[in-house]
Amino acid sequence: MSLQQFMNEAISPWMKEEGPDSDIVMSSRIRLARNFEQVPFPIIADSADLEKVLLFFQKEYEHQSFSNYNDLALVKMRDLKPIEKKVLVEKHLISPHLAENDEEAAALISSNEQVSVMVNEEDHIRIQLYFPGFQLEKALEQAFTFDDWLEERINYAFDEKRGYLTSCPTNVGTGMRASVMMHLPALALTQKINRMIPAISQLGLVVRGIYGEGSEAIGNIFQISNQITLGKSEQDIVQDLRSVVNQLIDQERKARQLLVEQSELQLEDRIFRSYGILQHSRIIESKEAAKCLSDVQLGIDVGYINDISKSILNELMILSQPGFLQHYAKRMLSAKERDVLRASLIRERFKLEI
Amino acid sequence: MECQECHERPATLHFSKIVNGNKTEIHVCEYCAKEKGYMGYEDEAYSLHNLLSGLFNFDAGSGFSEQHTSSVPSEKGLTCPKCGMTYQEFARIGKFGCAHCYQTFSDRLNPVFRRVHSGNTTHHGKIPSRIGSGIQQKRKLSEYREQLKQLIANEEFESAAEVRDKIKQLEKDLNRDGEGEEE
Repeated sequence: MSLQQFMNEAISPWMKEEGPDSDIVMSSRIRLARNFEQVPFPIIADSADLEKVLLFFQKEYEHQSFSNYNDLALVKMRDLKPIEKKVLVEKHLISPHLAENDEEAAALISSNEQVSVMVNEEDHIRIQLYFPGFQLEKALEQAFTFDDWLEERINYAFDEKRGYLTSCPTNVGTGMRASVMMHLPALALTQKINRMIPAISQLGLVVRGIYGEGSEAIGNIFQISNQITLGKSEQDIVQDLRSVVNQLIDQERKARQLLVEQSELQLEDRIFRSYGILQHSRIIESKEAAKCLSDVQLGIDVGYINDISKSILNELMILSQPGFLQHYAKRMLSAKERDVLRASLIRERFKLEI
Repeated sequence: MECQECHERPATLHFSKIVNGNKTEIHVCEYCAKEKGYMGYEDEAYSLHNLLSGLFNFDAGSGFSEQHTSSVPSEKGLTCPKCGMTYQEFARIGKFGCAHCYQTFSDRLNPVFRRVHSGNTTHHGKIPSRIGSGIQQKRKLSEYREQLKQLIANEEFESAAEVRDKIKQLEKDLNRDGEGEEE
């Protein structure tokens, strides 16, 4: 397969569209957790119970009657090879947890990969919607549409006082996790982000590195999401998140401007050095690749680099993950082999542009 | 240092395992770590759930020591009749077994939710329209009542009368629906 073809496969179609504030906000996501009323949660349910849940989706799938989505594909975890699951995880279409559940776990994925519904994850149903750039409200609206459609057909586990009942007490209430993926190189470079994170967490929001819980932010990519799901309406949660993200966007823009004004040559040097590394290295570890990609993306956004496509960071971050590299190589690779393949794929990717 | 599993690649991950106070060091490469199960996806979520579990245990332990509670027969009452999850098990894994667990452990949940959700214990978000229409009306009713109070306080009597009529209508609807459900 040519690299171009492979890349098209790696990047979800929705990512190619440009969303609002996409120089800083890479994507917006809404996730709703829902459960069947009468079925034990997946953590203790037996396979007959889980099969019931799966069967509901299987039937709807056969009738192709999903809300206003008529292009959802049903992917059962038991039918996938480990590497295929890994690729879906790296594309954020399924969670690592779903990939491990295996037997009765499945996902419904729309053809543009904007919608994915996980079946028998930690909860029976997890509806996920992605939008490019900063579009939380739109994502929420569409998630609700799908939720309403499901609710017509399923008795949800719902309680007047506690809201949507979920397996984990951290999701109860709205069952909603709203999150925004942001590229904040200037705030990271000037270390301002370290002062902002504690303030953000006081507002019931949480800032994480790109790979979720317990990981550091590689490539200066941060995920901001709501921590609280009980006691606030979905709209209020989204609004709180919106106001914080707006401030971060504002601060990041100011920090970029200041960097350009005050240390133009140093910044330009840093960016082009990184560009050079990506174009010429023969061995590159994921951390270094992420750092260089972040620099080059900043270079594109502040106008130093004009000859490559805008979403290089998004593209190559996905492409250089272990699952994708092995998918491309069509075999398991050692860490060392991956570093070599990563370097060569990135080099080729840049050649495609020039 | 080379990986102790494959003896080929350099060891890039270092784990310490402590069993009964004996510490063992493990030095492996990333590849073998995943292969041999030293490192799974689960590790990422570990810290949060540990923390959560700590919160619940703290709650369960208040008043009784853990050993003491487990030997008290009445504690058996805290087993979910639907799925068989015990409170202790819930506290250990930090997850409910089924929707009914929320009722079973109800008395113990408010302090937990308060800590996890910044003091909140009650849902204020979306209500499913089909199974929750009664709840929706009730919520609207309390909103109207609040509005009415405010309007009277502001001496806006004309608007207050309108809201009062809405309340009356809604109360009538609710009563009728209630009767309908019992049939």
